[in-house]
Order: sequence, then C-alpha cells, then structure tokens
Amino acid sequence: MEFSPFYQELITSLNRGLMMSIALIIPSVIGGVLIGILAGATRTFGNPFVRKTADTYAAIFRGTPLVVQLFVLYFGLPNVGIYLSPYVAAVVGFTLCSGAYQSEYIRGALLSIKRGQYLGAQALGFTTFQAIFWIIVPQAVRRAIHGCGNEIIYLIKYSSLAFIVTCIELTGEGKTIATEYFRFTEVFTIIGLYYLALVTVAIFILKKIEQRLYVPGFGHS
Amino acid sequence: MPIALSAVIDSLPYLLQGSFITAGIVVSAMLLGLVIGVCMAVGLVYGNRFIKYPLTMYVWVFRGVPVVVLLFLFYFGLFTFLDLNFSAFASVTIVLGMTTGAYQANIFRGAILSLPQGQFKAASALGMSNGQAIRSIVLPQILRMSIPAWSNEYSIILKDSALAFVIGAPEIMARTQFVASRTYQHLSLYIAAGIIYFLLTWAGVIALRKLEQYLRIPGYSHHGSN
Amino acid sequence: MNESSPILRVNNITKSFGDNTILNDVSFELVKGEIKVLIGPSGGGKSTLLQCINCLVVPDSGDIKLEDEQIDFSSKQDLYSLRQRVGMIFQDFNLFDHLTALDNITIALRKVKKISKKEAVKRARLELEQVGLGDKEKLYPAQLSGGQKQRVAIARALAMDPKILMLDEPTSALDPELIGEVIAVIKSLAHKGMTMIMATHQISLISGLADEILFMEKGKIVEQGPPSLLLTSGNSSKSQGFCDRLNELSEVEG
Repeated sequence: MEFSPFYQELITSLNRGLMMSIALIIPSVIGGVLIGILAGATRTFGNPFVRKTADTYAAIFRGTPLVVQLFVLYFGLPNVGIYLSPYVAAVVGFTLCSGAYQSEYIRGALLSIKRGQYLGAQALGFTTFQAIFWIIVPQAVRRAIHGCGNEIIYLIKYSSLAFIVTCIELTGEGKTIATEYFRFTEVFTIIGLYYLALVTVAIFILKKIEQRLYVPGFGHS
Repeated sequence: MPIALSAVIDSLPYLLQGSFITAGIVVSAMLLGLVIGVCMAVGLVYGNRFIKYPLTMYVWVFRGVPVVVLLFLFYFGLFTFLDLNFSAFASVTIVLGMTTGAYQANIFRGAILSLPQGQFKAASALGMSNGQAIRSIVLPQILRMSIPAWSNEYSIILKDSALAFVIGAPEIMARTQFVASRTYQHLSLYIAAGIIYFLLTWAGVIALRKLEQYLRIPGYSHHGSN
Repeated sequence: MNESSPILRVNNITKSFGDNTILNDVSFELVKGEIKVLIGPSGGGKSTLLQCINCLVVPDSGDIKLEDEQIDFSSKQDLYSLRQRVGMIFQDFNLFDHLTALDNITIALRKVKKISKKEAVKRARLELEQVGLGDKEKLYPAQLSGGQKQRVAIARALAMDPKILMLDEPTSALDPELIGEVIAVIKSLAHKGMTMIMATHQISLISGLADEILFMEKGKIVEQGPPSLLLTSGNSSKSQGFCDRLNELSEVEG
C-alpha cells in the first residue's frame, strides 16, 4: 500500500506527538495520584489548619478551568519572575489539577471506612502506622479505584491542551499539519482515533487492576 | 508583587461581557445535552440491538475524544466540508452539547436502571403505551434523581467552555487573552478570569441546588396514576 | 501464680467528654478465671469503662495494673503491649472487611506478634475450628452471618493469647436466632477458665456465667455482688429490677 507524502508526514508527526503525549500523561498521572493521596488524607485526618489549606487548594483547582491554570503557570508567572518551560508548565498544571480531583475521590474513600475497622486493629495491638497501612489503606484503595480511574481517563483527554502552553504533543502536531495542508477533517479524525486508542488501553488496564483487587462486599462507593 | 489592579479593573466590564457569551454557550449546551442524553438513555435501556449499538458507539466516541480535538474537527473540518456556516458560538455549543449528551446519557441510563421494575409494569397494567409510561412515569422521576450528577456536568461544561477561545468565540478566555496581549499584565488578568469562572460555577451549583429543593415540594403528583 | 493476686486492678478511673462525666471514680479487681458482668442502663458508662481498660479511650485520671504492672498512659509502647494482652470483642464485630476469615486472624499474629506466616496459619486454623468455623476460612466478612462474624472475632482475639477477654455487648447486634451460637462459644470459654469481663443484656450470660455482677449507673458502680446474692427472686436489688425488665422484654419478643 502506497502512502502519499502527506500521510507519511502526518503519521510521523502524530507519532512524535504521541510520544510527547505519553511523556506528559505518565508523570501527571503519578503526580496527580500522589498529591491526591496527600491532600485527600490531609482533608480527612489533618488538623483544622492543614485541612483548610488542602480544602482551599482543591476548591481552586476544581473550580477553575484547566485552561486558565495553564495560562497562569506559563504566561502569568513570568510577571513575577518565574519562568517555566512549556513541558514543565504543562505537567505542573495537569498534576495540580488532577490532584485536586483525585483528593476528592480519596477523601470520599477514606471517609467511607468505618471507624470500627481502626478500633478493631487498635484493640489487637496494632500501632497507628500498622493500622493505617495494613487495614485502612487496602480498603480505601478498593473504594477509590473507580473514581481515581475515571480521573485518569480525563487526564488523558485533557493532555490535549498542552499546545496552549506551546508544548507540542499529539493535538499540537495535528494543528500544525492541518493548518499547513488545510485538511482538518482527516487529520483530526485520525487524531481522534489515536486518543480513543489511548483511552481504551487505559480503561483495559484499570479494569484489570480492579479485578485483581476485588473482594466480595466491596462495591463501588 | 506587581499586580496592576488598574489593568484588571479597567478591563473588567469587557471581560464580564464575555461571561454572557460563556453563559449562553453553557446553557445552550446543557439543554442540548439534556435532550440528547434523555433520548439516548431511553434508547439504550429500552431499545433493540439496532438502536443500542450505534448509541453505544456515539457514547464511546464522545467520551473518549478530547473536546479540543472535536472543536478543531467540527469547526475547521466538518462544517467547512459540509459548507455549513456555523459561527464559533454555535459550533462550540454543538460540540459541547454532543459531548455532555454522551455523559448525560450514561447518567440518565443509570437512573432509569435504578428505578424499581414495578413502576413500568404498573403503568403497562393501567393500559399505558410504552411511550406514555416513559414520558409520564419514568422521566419525572429520573430527572429529579439526576440533578446532583447534572450539576456536576454543568461544572465540567462551564470549564470546557473556556476552550472556545481556540476557535475564536468572544467569551471570557478569548477576551482575557486579548487584554493580556496588550497590557502584558498576564498574571493578574488570568487570575481575574479564574475568579470569574469560579463565581459562575458557584452560582450555577447553588441555583441547581435550589431547583432540586423546589422540585421536592410535596403535592407534586405523578401524571397518569389514577 | 499467687491465687489471690488479681490479674487486673482498675483504680479510681475517671473520664469526661466535654462537660459530660461518663466515668466517675470507678474501681474494681479481676482475679484469674473470674467472670464479671457489667449491667445497667444505656449511658451508664459500661462501654467506656471497657474501652478505658485497654486504653482505646485514655482515662483522665486513675490507674490500671495488669499483672501487677502499672500502665503508663503516656507511653505508646505500654499501650500497644497492653492491648496485645487484653482481648476485646465489639458489638459491631469490627472484622477487617478486606480480609478472609483466616487472614483476619493471621494478620494480627504476623504484624503484631511477628509470628511466621506458617505458624500463624496453623494457629488461626485451630482457633477457627474451636469456634466451629473451620470450613469458612476462605470467606470474607460480607459473606458471613452476624453470628459467624462474631465467632471469627472471638477466634481472632483468642489467637493472641490474651490474659483477659473483654466483651462489649457481644450479642446486641445479632438477630435473635444467631445469639445462641455466640453464647455457646462464650460459655465454653468460661468452662476453659478464661478470665472475662463483659457488658451485656443477655440474661443467660448474666445469671448463668457471672461470678460477680457490677451494676453501673451514671458512671458509678452502684451495686456489686454475686448472682446468688443479687438475683434471688423477690429480691429488691437494682440488679434484680434490671433483670426483671430484661425478662419482660424477651418475653414480649419471644
């Protein structure tokens, strides 16, 4: 099958963009989950001061568009002398935004664990750390995984905004090529397929994880 | 911190006018999504194979492809290709409406499935056709049930409306960008934009909560149960 | 061990939550093999007293001596070691929902007592057999009935070889037909000489097992003595009055 030069250039650029997308997604997912756990735990168990701080963080990053956050990070911060590279600005933006949503799911999961679980562990002589690590966390993870998984899917889709801060990933490459050849329909249909593939793979992996962790009696909260 | 408040204050009226455009986009998209979502949910639950399959595909596509990609695809691609002269405003509304429609379809589908089977059976036993039963018995209940999830969708669509600037709709984000490029006060302006969005989200969520309470007034009767 | 030296000495325990004084200068002793039963109206402080003994709730004042060793409330190590030696059965079972019946027992043995996995499994199987649930080891709490859950909870507590077993309303959350299996297990424990202190409304445990009854009201022990003294019919003791009311209730239910 002979591919025209256009398609060859398209696929090459898109694959390059795909690599950048993955390079954006993976750190952001990991960072988002970690921040989500930190903020979620703080918002559930912390003292009033740290709790308010974490609540405020979550409210700001969930209450404003990701676009605005990216603009502030990349175009706004230079006003106060902080210069972030496009890649760093994008990852920081995605991580902070995703982290806020993740903290919501994790907070919900932690709140849903009955206090009696902790009491039962204490009565057996578990230290605080042991009770949290062996009894609370394994249950919270199972409760949170559905919501956290959904959030990861959202992150994959919103990574498409990186071009706004001039970090060129899949969507950015497509925009360049489509503008050059003015063939938007084809280019963006193919890009759409790329994203569908990414999302489908992610959903598959998450389902497998959910299955491995399954315990009778633990539906989604 | 060199926050030039004067730049923000001067441009505030201009920015706030953008919020009317934003509000227009969001309200229209949500309503479009409502219609699409309800119809699709009914199709997904009660329809046969030939209806379910394409609907499921639709949901899969519009939940898996990013909004920006869809905007480029439709505005610069399909609409041009089909010679449809939709404005940026209309295009954003259509794209967002179709996207939220897919998510709302799932919300309403879940709500329908959670209704006890007996509701539908009782309606049929009373001699209602399927269509009547759905319209009079199922819909009033699931619409009320879904207000919290719908409120969540509103919040998401409001934030997605900020993407309209990439195709040039003159809403909040586009205007902020315009002012920032001329005054160079990026930080304060974008923070101001963020605050405007935050307030719009807040206002909308409260309004929907009031709606939920309003619809709970006792004495509201189901049509058709004689 | 000296027969007359009590295993547990609880002296002048006081505990308040805000303005509410829940426990007001409570003292008692427990000798090896003895069974004491706490009865009385709700809010009298029975649950709080039990939770003070293993310091799930730390007393405001007073002291606790287990096997002649004073417990230092400010030392985390003391508290952890105390709880290993005192077993507790809760009204709501508090089984770990994400673990099988077997793992519910082995996890404490492995993490707290640092026993090897092989040994822990062996011991856990033994305890499950003892409460009659040997064939249920692979089931999760969500798959067990209330009575079965409580029996697993008892097995879990016993696997730790506690010096004393505390039971906080062990049958109160159970459907009537499931109470019997749990009472049977508790009775067999008593037969084997387990030192126990329990709060309960179950008549058969109160009159049938108790060596001494402690009647608690408004945070104080207002009446104390063996069933033979307090519960003879026609007796005007508070305990008798309380038990009469319990009997009436169970007749209405039955």
